[in-house]
This record gives sequence, C-alpha cells and structure tokens, in this order.
Amino acid sequence: MTAVPDVLCALEGVRDPELDQSLVELGFVAGVQVERDAVVVRLRLPTYFCAPNFAFLMVADARAAVEDLPGVHRARIALEDHFTAEEINRAVDCGEGFVEAFPDHAAEELDELRTLFRRKALLARQGRVIDSLKATGVKDLAALRLSDVEGPDADRCRELRAALGLDARPEAPAFVAADGVPVGAADMPRFVRMTHLVSLSLEGNAGLCRGLLKTRYDLEGVAA
Amino acid sequence: MYEKDGRQYFVVDGHTHFWDARPENRNRYGEGFIACFYDYHRNLSPEEYVWDKEKYDRYSEEDMIHDLFEIGYVDKAIMQPTYLKDFFPGGFNTTEQDAEMAANHPGKFIVNGSFDPRDAERGLDELRRLKETYGIRGVKLYTAEWKGDSRGWKLSDKEVEPYFELCQELGITNIHVHKGPTIWPLNRDAFDVADVDHAATAFPDLTFIVEHIGLPRLEDFCWIATQEPNVYGGLAVAMPFIHSRPRYFAQMIGELLYWIGEDRILFASDYALWQPKWLVEMFVDFQIPEDMQGELGTISEDQKAKVLGLNAAALYGIDVPENMRLAASTEEVAVASQPVSPA
Repeated sequence: MTAVPDVLCALEGVRDPELDQSLVELGFVAGVQVERDAVVVRLRLPTYFCAPNFAFLMVADARAAVEDLPGVHRARIALEDHFTAEEINRAVDCGEGFVEAFPDHAAEELDELRTLFRRKALLARQGRVIDSLKATGVKDLAALRLSDVEGPDADRCRELRAALGLDARPEAPAFVAADGVPVGAADMPRFVRMTHLVSLSLEGNAGLCRGLLKTRYDLEGVAA
Repeated sequence: MYEKDGRQYFVVDGHTHFWDARPENRNRYGEGFIACFYDYHRNLSPEEYVWDKEKYDRYSEEDMIHDLFEIGYVDKAIMQPTYLKDFFPGGFNTTEQDAEMAANHPGKFIVNGSFDPRDAERGLDELRRLKETYGIRGVKLYTAEWKGDSRGWKLSDKEVEPYFELCQELGITNIHVHKGPTIWPLNRDAFDVADVDHAATAFPDLTFIVEHIGLPRLEDFCWIATQEPNVYGGLAVAMPFIHSRPRYFAQMIGELLYWIGEDRILFASDYALWQPKWLVEMFVDFQIPEDMQGELGTISEDQKAKVLGLNAAALYGIDVPENMRLAASTEEVAVASQPVSPA
C-alpha cells in the first residue's frame, strides 16, 4: 500500500511553476491522507488571491504526480482558502483543462505560460551555476560544455533545457539564452547580469511567498 | 523633511491610501483582499508598527496625518485611489475619499484620479470631471480590477488609447500602473508589464510609473525601463524589505540603479500597508553590504535624496526648498545599451 511518505516524495517533484521550487519545500502541502488506493492532498497558498493560472498548474501537476505512484488509483487534490478553489478543484478532479475551469475568462490552456516560466527558471539557474563556477576561479564561461557543469542547479538546467526542447546533450554549450542560442564571450557579462536579475526576482518572490504563508497560517516550520 | 548627519532630505511619499475595508463595506472577495494586505503588513513591518486588524480595516484621518506628517517626515503625500467596487461596494479608496482628506489639510496631499477603459465614453467624461474638480496630474491604474464578468485589462488594449490621448490633452502626465493577480485572458501572466512598454512607446509625453517596481516581475520591469526613458519605478512594497530582508533589498536597489538609474526611482510607503517613519529612517541609514558592492556598487546620499523626494517632485512640479535641492543636476545616461531579453 502507498504510504504518506511516498506521496510526499511524489509531491517533492512538483514545482510551483512561477518560482521553480518544490511545493513541499514551499510549505504548500497542508496535508496528505491515504485510504487504500485513494489519496487526498490538501494544498494551500500564501494568499487568497494567488494567480489562478499557476494555482491550476500546481493542482493538476500534483494530481498527475500522485496518480503516477504504483498502487494509487485515484488522487483528489483539494486547494484551500483560495478565491478560485472551487473552479480549480472541480476541473482538475474531472480531468478538465484550464479553459473548461474558466470558460468565461480563459482563452487558451497554460502551455505558453509554463514555457515562459521555464525560460525564466533556466536563466535563474544558470546564474547560480555561474556563481559557483566563479567562486572556483573559472573565467571562460563561453567555452564550457554542459558536461563541465555539475550540481543540483546544473541538473535542473539540463531538465529545463530538455523540457523546453533545447539542446541538452553533454557536448552542448553550458550557457544559453532563454531561446536556446549559445552565449558568446562578448555577450557574457550582460548575460550574467541578466541571469542574476532573474534569479533575484524568482528567489525574492519565493521568499515573499514563504513569509506570507507563514504569516497567514501562523507557521513556524517553513523557513522564511 | 528628514534630517540626518546635518543633511536635510525632502520626502515625497509617492503612494498612499485612505481606505475603507470595514466588514459593512466588503464582500467575500473584499474580505480576502484586505486579509492579504494585512498579512503583507504583519509579515514585513517591525513589530512595534503592527496594527490590530480592526484599525487596519479603517484607520482614522488623524492616524494618517499623524503617521505621515507628524512623525513620518513626509513633506508631500500622493494619494492613489483604488476603487475595487466589485469587492468593496462603497469603494475601497476612491478619489472622492482622498480629496476630502486633502481638502482638510491644504498643502499636504496630491490627489490622483483613476480611469477604467471598460467604462468607454462615460469613463472619458468622468476623467474630465476629475481633472476639473480636483485638478489631477496623475492617475493610478489597476489592471487587475474586476468589473462584472471582466477580470481585468491591459494597457495595450485598443480601448485605452482615447484615455491616454485625453490624459495628454488634459496634462495628466503621471500614469501609475499597478498589476495584480488577474487579467483577461486569465491564462496569461497577469503580472507581465509588456503592455506598459507598448503604451510608453505610443505615448512618449506621458510618464509611466510602474508600482512595486514591477514585483513580482522585477526582471521584466528592468528590461522595459532600460528601453523606455518615460518608464519609472515606484518602490511601494519593495521598501519594507529593507527591514525584513535587507540583503534582498540591497540587491533590488543595486539592480535598479544599474538598469534604470537614480533619476527614475520613487520612494513610497504604500501607507497604510507600511508607515513612512521607519522606512525613511532605515533608507537614509542604508548601504549596500560590502561583500555585495563588487557587483552592485554603493548608493550615495545624493541618490537617496533623489529617490526619497526629488524625483517625484520633478514629476509633479513640487517646489523643493533650496537647501534640499542638489547642487547641480547631472544628466543621467542609462547604463544599459545592449539589453539582453529576460525571457
């Protein structure tokens, strides 16, 4: 039988698409209940008004990840305390898309939004890879290949590049613009500056989200 | 005016509110909205500045005068209306409410108006009326505002053009833009500021002040501001991090100075979300930590003076006492010449 830790492990792999961080680490998982082959996951967000599109992706991705577990037949995800909780929970539970959840307000599904934020995440992660390389004295960033970089941020870069349909082979250049074009030596200083800006933006938002969640639910366990 | 180490700073609070979020003036969305504001307030304020919820729902005129002008060092406060009538039936913070406060305290406030392009022709008449009645020089636009079935709008919508044309004609040159979590269509990123880029290019005589420096899309904001000289950043919501996360604040200020320069950043408390007293005090004392200065540089007293009041004074034509002006204003050139798109 599936146990709560298995479910949490599956949810560990689900990310807030806006912040590129795990729902579990962010403290968004409010509770998990397992009853034979059925799982109920309660999700909570930092504010009542968090953007519905990202909320929808998290609920839908959570359901898919949990139902991927062997032994789970059915996962119900219950988003709580959110102004569109009812619409999102109902649609995801029925296997419907975003347009069906918000027929009057959505024009398309969320693929484009997801792609946009994967690109931002890729830039931010590259900024962090560059920071750790610079700390070890590496100078010629433009000459590096993907096989030359390692660590969790580099791994995430490879995942994001693959997800975006960009070259993620070991021999591919280590650093690419958001559209996949390799960054040459001349453009590198500006590129580095931009990756730091995007990284600052994402991490800053994540910090604010953690702080608001902590305040909203009077939590101590979530690191701010 | 704030004085520190023999220097006097002229203070313009670029974003203040006088709101009514009492239970009798809100529905369930309004309740969620003010609860969210209250969490921002509690989470980012020093403990001694945290109010109880009842006061936060509706503070008094005396509170506001006291917090801004008696103890908060503010010389001039700009009131930014936020109507939100779908959440607060009588209005959360209307131009009328603001104007009444301003009339009771001559010389203290600048009252801004607002418009909503979904009001079509009627909205244009209303904008004329706001100009005639209150002499407004700026508007605050909240693109996430709900209206019946609509969940928001964009500055690039065709319906907005006649409004900006009228703003130009009437001399309403300061366009404060505030993004929120909803927009039409709902599948798009509601915080995206690309529509500001569009409007700023089409209306070069208007100044677009992106509130919250585009947060949570700081990178998009910096990117457009490097390209559009008439795009400014308002520090509402960014300021309080100076207390709770000073290194994050240092990074933000360092990036802003690098990407858009010291002449286009405006101080704001977003009162009553936060209070100007501690923000002004901490900002004047603030310096970018030494270990970050390699990439981010430092911030000078003159730069602080510009941010705290001189930049806003220039936009709104506020007279600044001689001793608080800068000796000679220097022409700033944006550092960025070869922008790299954020995404």
